[in-house]
Amino acid sequence: MKSIKNFYQKFINSKKVAPYIFVSPFIIVFLVFYLYPIISTIIMSFQEIGFGEAEFIGLENYKKLFNVHYKNALLTSTNYTFWTILILVPLPILLAVLLNSDKTKFKNFFRSAIFMPALTSVIVAGMFFRYAFGEQASTLANSLIGLLGIGPITWLQDSIPAMIALVILCVWRWLGVNIIYFLSGLQGIPDAIYEAADIDGANSWDKFKYITIPSLKPVIIYVITISVFGGYKMFAESYAYWQTATPNDIGMTIVSYIYQTGFNNFNMGFASAIGITLLLIVLVVNLIQLNLFGLFKKED
Amino acid sequence: MSVKQVKLTVVVIILAFFAFFALAPFFFMLVSSFKPGDQIIKNGISARLDLDIMTFKNYKTLFTERNGIYLYWYKNSVLITTIQTAVAVFLSSLVGYGLAVYDFKGKNILFVLVLILMMVPIEILILPLYKLSITLKIIDTYAGVMLPFIVPPVAVFFFRQFAVGLPMELIDAARIDGASEFGIFFKIMMPLMKPAFGAMIILQAMFSWNAFVWPLIVLRSNENFTLPIGLASLITPYGNSYDMLFSGAVISVVPIIILFMFKQNSFISGLTVGGVKG
Repeated sequence: MKSIKNFYQKFINSKKVAPYIFVSPFIIVFLVFYLYPIISTIIMSFQEIGFGEAEFIGLENYKKLFNVHYKNALLTSTNYTFWTILILVPLPILLAVLLNSDKTKFKNFFRSAIFMPALTSVIVAGMFFRYAFGEQASTLANSLIGLLGIGPITWLQDSIPAMIALVILCVWRWLGVNIIYFLSGLQGIPDAIYEAADIDGANSWDKFKYITIPSLKPVIIYVITISVFGGYKMFAESYAYWQTATPNDIGMTIVSYIYQTGFNNFNMGFASAIGITLLLIVLVVNLIQLNLFGLFKKED
Repeated sequence: MSVKQVKLTVVVIILAFFAFFALAPFFFMLVSSFKPGDQIIKNGISARLDLDIMTFKNYKTLFTERNGIYLYWYKNSVLITTIQTAVAVFLSSLVGYGLAVYDFKGKNILFVLVLILMMVPIEILILPLYKLSITLKIIDTYAGVMLPFIVPPVAVFFFRQFAVGLPMELIDAARIDGASEFGIFFKIMMPLMKPAFGAMIILQAMFSWNAFVWPLIVLRSNENFTLPIGLASLITPYGNSYDMLFSGAVISVVPIIILFMFKQNSFISGLTVGGVKG
């Protein structure tokens, strides 16, 4: 008995075996909760799945992708991604530069205040914005545009105002987080570079353009990458505004479409095909970003 | 005022504008939480305060409505967040440490896999995960909510980056003294990784507390809902528990805000995980 225990202890403690025990939780989770589901989605995407039985139907599910709902979902997700990146990269860079200056007053307060929305769940934030974007003339959103002389809008029932409402919700929750990313990037730029530029007579704009932006490039790439993923996987925001059914597909994203198809209409095969297209988008973006980071060069 | 002072004032005004944009919704949520729920549903959230219709009743209904269903949601959220955070952080520290400290076959492939999975949104896999949960009989259970996220790649990456910087001489010295590999991890390295644990615990806790998409799919019965799912279930045209909507939302945000007040730096270092690529 003792020798078995001894052998066992020596075995799991040997330098050959111990590393695999350390990393085994990841391997198990990868196999069970990533690899297996990915393979099973791929298989399901070629099947017609009824109650209990599945039948291979070749590319039928993929052919069905050429419909107006998928196009709407793809457009909504793409637009959303585009607008959130267009706002959530330049704006936080500007605010981070302001917050990084030694001369700025109350900067800790400002940083914390702008970060606070990130603490809320999408649902809590979405509930607020859903009712703030109500169609009545007295709601917050309509009162605000009223100040500009614009009449009340039915925000969540038209596609353009609905997109604005989605983007504002996203900007509200993520502005502070992106500021933190850029702040940490800014803090990595040595002061000496700026001092050298001062000696050469560079003005603030030159310094921003020729030192700050190039130095922030890795952070900018990172933020754009996570924004692309965040944008294309967006679902909870749409759910908070419209649940799962929207008139004319307003606010319906790719993931909302997967949810509707899979869980409301129980068309698992077709839903899987939609999921695969999303997976491909994500993989392509992933490869591009890993390439930009030069990961494949380093790894040999 | 000199040009410089004008510039500094403009900076403060810009920042104050965005701070206002960030904080105003909290104020209006708080105000709404004191107003009758059906009023909010009917009229939306307005800029008016309407002090005369404000009441504490909404907070009382959290305890009474539908046999205190809100308290179930709260309990579920607290338990799931606690268990998931503890297990996920522990397991990812093991993996991250293993990837950082040892040389073994397949190590590079595993690390690239971590980097790739960090970016794969779980939303893509909801359908097959749902089927898998039915097969594994973990649908509508705590385990179902937690298991797919029990070794988050982001946390693995963070621990790996942190552990690369640990003093390797200590490990060799401990080996000479006859310490086992796991003894070294638990007794020597884990205490040294304390700052990384702080940041990851907070990040994970926030993630679990606010998790929405997967719990929405895996949790089926009302009394098993977590707070975000429960609150989302209140927003229906046929609902009758609207009073709980904003009082429930406010009470669900409070713990995270309190934690943030005390542990701001851990929040920030946890969130900037991916920003600093090693």
